[in-house]
Parts: sequence; structure tokens; C-alpha cells
Amino acid sequence: MTDHSDDVAHLLLQQKIESFLYREAELLDERRYEEWLALLAEDVRYWMPMRRNVKFGELEREFTREGQDVNWFDEGKETLTRRVQQILTGVHWAEEPLSRICHMVSNVQILDVKPSASAPSEVTVKSRFLIYRNRVETETDILVGKREDVLHRIDGHWKLRRRKIVLDQNVLQVKNLTFFF
Amino acid sequence: MARTARHDAIHALVDVKQGLISRELFVNEELYQQEQERLFAHCWLFVGHESQIPKPGDYFVSAMGEESVILTRDREQRIHVFLNTCRHRGMKVCRYDEGNTPVFTCPYHGWSYGTDGRLVGVPYYRECYQEQLDKAEWGLVEVPQLVNYKGTIWATWDEAAPPFAEYLGGMKVHLDTLLDCRDGREGGSEVLGGVQKWVMPCNWKFAAENFAGDAYHNISHRSVDLAGIGPSGAGRRDTVERSTAQRLGASFPDLGHGAVSFLQLDDVPYTPSYQNTPIVEEYFRHCYEERKRRLGKDARLLGLVGNVFPNTAYLARQPRSIAVWHPRGALKTEAWRWFLVDADAPPEVKDVLRHYYLRYSGPAGMTEQDDMENWNYATLASKGVIARRYPYNYQMGLGQDYGTYDSPGVLTDRIAEQNQRGFYERWAAYMDGARTDPRNGGRNDGRATRKGARPGAHRPESRGKPPDADGRSRSGG
Repeated sequence: MTDHSDDVAHLLLQQKIESFLYREAELLDERRYEEWLALLAEDVRYWMPMRRNVKFGELEREFTREGQDVNWFDEGKETLTRRVQQILTGVHWAEEPLSRICHMVSNVQILDVKPSASAPSEVTVKSRFLIYRNRVETETDILVGKREDVLHRIDGHWKLRRRKIVLDQNVLQVKNLTFFF
Repeated sequence: MARTARHDAIHALVDVKQGLISRELFVNEELYQQEQERLFAHCWLFVGHESQIPKPGDYFVSAMGEESVILTRDREQRIHVFLNTCRHRGMKVCRYDEGNTPVFTCPYHGWSYGTDGRLVGVPYYRECYQEQLDKAEWGLVEVPQLVNYKGTIWATWDEAAPPFAEYLGGMKVHLDTLLDCRDGREGGSEVLGGVQKWVMPCNWKFAAENFAGDAYHNISHRSVDLAGIGPSGAGRRDTVERSTAQRLGASFPDLGHGAVSFLQLDDVPYTPSYQNTPIVEEYFRHCYEERKRRLGKDARLLGLVGNVFPNTAYLARQPRSIAVWHPRGALKTEAWRWFLVDADAPPEVKDVLRHYYLRYSGPAGMTEQDDMENWNYATLASKGVIARRYPYNYQMGLGQDYGTYDSPGVLTDRIAEQNQRGFYERWAAYMDGARTDPRNGGRNDGRATRKGARPGAHRPESRGKPPDADGRSRSGG
């Protein structure tokens, strides 16, 4: 009989990681921002580079660099917490009244797992997002791109430790980024 | 006769004496088209920073109004600004944002241009053109005037435009608070890598008039003040040093610029700033004292915000940034934002500043987000035929100008809308064709307006009880 235990461990892990990502999206769409913050490790890195049009062969310069250049986001939990606090003031006019936001997460691919799928403590996972935002009356935005996350298992719970957000745009086609990816 | 009709039409929309500006300026497509010809084709516009193109062959694709332009440095180290379009059939010769190249080659038929703009390559020159095409006549279109002012590159399409220094006039002292080193040395800035570019569904003038100095809108930023993103942990920025300084709203109605700076009344010792990070605090303490030593009394001027007519805005200190409001239709603007640091600042300082800049400005900036919401919905709420009947109100401080500082321009120490009135006065002068004949004198020329004027003779800001300026405690200024 073939031993499927390794396959099963991978399937279970895939299911757990997908559940984490879907639950995270749910919290954001339900505007449960403080619960969302609790999913972030204390040392989380949240990075969204800007993208340049560069010549073929120079694609290493396509993205602005984390920790050095101007990015859309390049921050940790402190600033993310301030963003949540700002929304919760009720007078953050760019999110008051609150937008209607829907995160669609798909193409979840586990790229790396440490030390093993049966006893995972760190997972690198890539996914696609489609974020729909509608606010006030007719204002509607759709943002599409990729995320590459590193999740850590801390005290029996998965926490987001690193998120790279790659938006498939050059000139940002929305007026602001008041929401989370 | 036509000139009179045009004059009357424009001045029916802009009544600065009554402080009334028609909503047509913000929604009317016909006026928008006229702006492109009468204003953007003649004004000095910010194109980029020399630190973006340090080496020969480096280029950065920028914009002047609606036009795409290439800022580049040629083999002889000369800086150029070219219209980004092939002289043959119009294709953009460069669709990259930045890079380094020996030539710009048009993808359509292959004409290629050197970084000095000369047409250097025409495919089948002998076979198809029989060598009859005069290449010297068909180089890239270059701006007739360009200036490198303390590292910032400005250009105009009008060869008859006044020299940049004259165009800037008395605004210079305010712009210099952005461009000079924190320790008072001239120039010396560089831009951080990456220029933020995003669209705003509003007329470009909403952003321009706001940055010309609209301290009245601080109430709009209450949420970020409560959340606290300043470099000392509270409010939006460090403002303690201003508690002993006087607000200086400076308008240049014959030029269109507007600034709000602060003027210290006496020699004020350093007050703590950047307290979140000791090494940065130490750096700025050193810079403050060094600047005072270098500049003496001139160091008392602390920049805040300004708009160089028509569409180049800056924040001078916290954050330190240049923004251009590119017109993209009456109801649409493309904002570009550069962030500045002293080129020789320590890496730790640059990094802390970068973090602060990003949480303050741009589409993810917790302050700028609320501005854009206001501009967006003000635009939408001004489109209707009924709404258009009712002009906007710019009457704050009308008749209350105080021109008695040792500083150029029309000045006030109050929160007022004189800077906006000045902006629209100049806008009207461009639009009715009268711009070539500015009144000169104390309103513009960089000289004190009255002899013997002393800054100390004026009310400190606190006595005027203006609204909270930056989200710190009210007593903190």
C-alpha cells in the first residue's frame, strides 16, 4: 500500500492556509479591523512597491525597493494600527461613510513550508487578489494583483509576518489606498 | 475688441475683489482647453530633479501639462527636456518611465534621436529619402527655456516667458526652504527613488489652491491628527518651534504663487523634533543650529507649504516633497509626487524620513487621502447647471492684508484666503491674455514693502486664535 501521509499533510496544510486567507478577507470586508490586526505578527512587514515601465533586460528595476525607495506601502504593525485607528475615528472622510469592499482571493499556491508539511511553522504562500470597492454612490474601483505572504505559526495560531503586494498597475488608477490588501 | 470680450468673459468668472470664483473654473471643459493653450503652454513647469538623471544617457519621462516630455542628460552632461513624440509620425519615442540609453528610437519607423535631441538615424535614408531629408531640421522638439534651480529642473514652452528667477520673484525665499539643505547650505537635495503617480477625480486647481496655502482646512485632517503619525508620535508633524513664530501667508498676485511659512520673531533655540528616533533628533538639532549660524536672521523663516503657479506644489519640511498636478480633463488630474532629502544625510535619517513621508503623503498617505476626498466630491457637486450658478467663496480676510514684514509679497499673519485670491487673479491674467504686463513693485519683487518694517511688530499667531494648525495641542501652535 502506498503511503499517502505526506500528500495528506500537504492537502491539510493547503486547506488551513486557504482558510486563514479567506478568514482574513472576511474580517476586512466585515470591517472587523481590530480582529484583522490581531492576525498580524508584531514584526509584520507590509510592502507594496510601485511598478515602473522599464526596458526589456532591465526588469530588476521594475519594482521600487523595499526599505530604500518610495513605495505605496512599506511599513510595520505600528503604522498599520494607526491606519485602523484613523478609520475608527469616524471622521476619516476618505473612508466615511465606509466603503463597501470585497476581497476575492484565489490561486493560492504554497511555495515553501518549513520545516515540514506535517509540522509546519513557516509557510510562504502566493495568491491573487481582486479587490472591489464601491463608495458613497457610484464610485467604483477594481484592483487586481498578487500577494506573496509569509505566515508563521505562533502559539498555535497562524500569523501574517510578511506581505508583498504587487498591483498590476503603473499610474495608480484609484485616488487613494485607504483599505488593506 | 476680441481682447475685451475675452477679458469680460474671464472676469465675469473671477472676481477677486469680492472673493467670488465661478464653479465653471472647476468643471467646464471649454475653459479647461483654453487653460492648455493660454496657461500651460506659457508657464514655467517643474519637470524633475537632477538627481534622477546623474549620468550621461540617463532619462526620466515626465509631463508638462498634457504633454509627455523626456528629461535627459546628454553625453556632454547638458540637461534637456524634449517633447516625447517622433517628428515623423508622432509615436512616443520613449515609453519607459526612466533608464539610460544612447538613443531614443521610435518603434514605428525607426527614426532615432541622440540624447541631445538630434536626429541621428533614419532607416533607408539613401534608398527611401535619397538623402534629401535635412536631419538637422527634424530633431526632437526641445523646450526653448530650461533652468536647473538648486537641482530642480523647470521648463517652459514659451520662449518669451520671463526668466525663471523673475517668474519666481519673491516666492524664492519660500521655495528655498524646500530646496536648501536643512543646515542652511544652498541646494544639496536629492529625490528618493520612485515617483508616486496616481489619478484624482477632480480639477487640478483644487490641489493647486489648497497647496497655495489653505490652513483653514486643517479641520478636515482631524482623523490623522487623532491617530497621530508625526515624527514625534503625535499629530501630523512637529510644530513646537512654531509656537514662538508668526504665521506668514505670502501671496504674489502678479505671479500667481502662494506660500504659508512661519517667521520666528526672535532667536529661538532648537525645540525638540523627531523624538521617535534619537539619531534623527540629534541630526535635526545639529541642522537647526548650523542653519542659524549660517543664515543668521534669515534662518527665522520656516517653510511649510506653497504652490508655484500654476501646478507645482511643495511641502517644505514635514514631509519634504514636490507635487505636480497634471491636468487630464476638467474633472481629472494626475498627481505626481517626489520626496526630497539632503543628499548627504545619514542613511538612518533618510530611512526615518521616507517612512514618515509615505504615511503622510500620496494615495496611501493618511493626510492626503482626506484632501482628495474633498476635491473629488466638491468637483462632482459643482457640475450641475444649478450648482454652477453659485460661485465659491474666497472672502476670508478680504481687505485684511498686512504688507509690513521684511519679506516680499502680499502678506498676512492670519489664516485667510488671500493666497487663493492671488492665484485666481493671476489665472485670470493668463486667461485674458494680460499676463505680459504684470504690475511690479512690492507685490512681487522680493523687496520689503515698507521701510522699517519689523517682524516683531506683529501679533504672534496665538493671539489671533486660529484653528489648530497641525493637530498638536492648540497651545502648541
